[in-house]
Amino acid sequence: MTENIINPKSMSIIVTKGTLDWGYPPFILATTAAAMDVEVTMFFTFYGLALLKKDLNLKVSTLGNPAMEMPMGGGHMQMPNLLGALPGMTDLTSSMMKDMIKKKGVASIEELREAAILSDVRIIACQMTMDLFEYKHEEMIDGVEYGGAASYMETALKSHINLYI
Amino acid sequence: MADQLLDAKGLNCPLPILKTKKMLQTLEAGQVLEVLATDPGAVKDFAAFCRTTGNEIVEQSEGDGVFKFLIKKSA
Repeated sequence: MTENIINPKSMSIIVTKGTLDWGYPPFILATTAAAMDVEVTMFFTFYGLALLKKDLNLKVSTLGNPAMEMPMGGGHMQMPNLLGALPGMTDLTSSMMKDMIKKKGVASIEELREAAILSDVRIIACQMTMDLFEYKHEEMIDGVEYGGAASYMETALKSHINLYI
Repeated sequence: MADQLLDAKGLNCPLPILKTKKMLQTLEAGQVLEVLATDPGAVKDFAAFCRTTGNEIVEQSEGDGVFKFLIKKSA
């Protein structure tokens, strides 16, 4: 058995969610960690795989999220689930969120993903979920490795910080 | 005096840090980067970034909502 030597500056993140809001924490942490000389591996599985598609069309829904308040006219607005369920509401909420992101100088997911790749963040996509959801490798960005739980575990055993998002 | 200037005004977390890292890579050890930022989290974040990476904040100030950092690149 090989011995696992843990580099104190290493981190792995399991990325399981692919909505516009949940796409941020993993990429913000991965890029910032890389900027702070941390060796980072991201393992994308289930809905997280959506973040690796060449064409990103990320969305956010108000449904089932009572904590979501959109700034509006100096106050905040909450969307009742009944309205959030109407056709077109997810697109509307998503474009409002994208406008806010632009206005506030917040990076887009595309920018952060590019920054992650440029700073040598290792990206592994779960091959099992690729098969399950019938995603093709051509749909995904370049530079992605395909692997499974064992690939993740090997990295996690050598990483000082292991996160699940 | 700074050897390079990075204007990160209007950018939000984590962009000022990412851009700072990128620009530091183009400097020689001992050279100084001046960073301007408006992100209110910048004071804490630049301190943490420099402590972790070994770079040194040699001067910092604030005026009109703009934070200025002079960061000396470590060896």
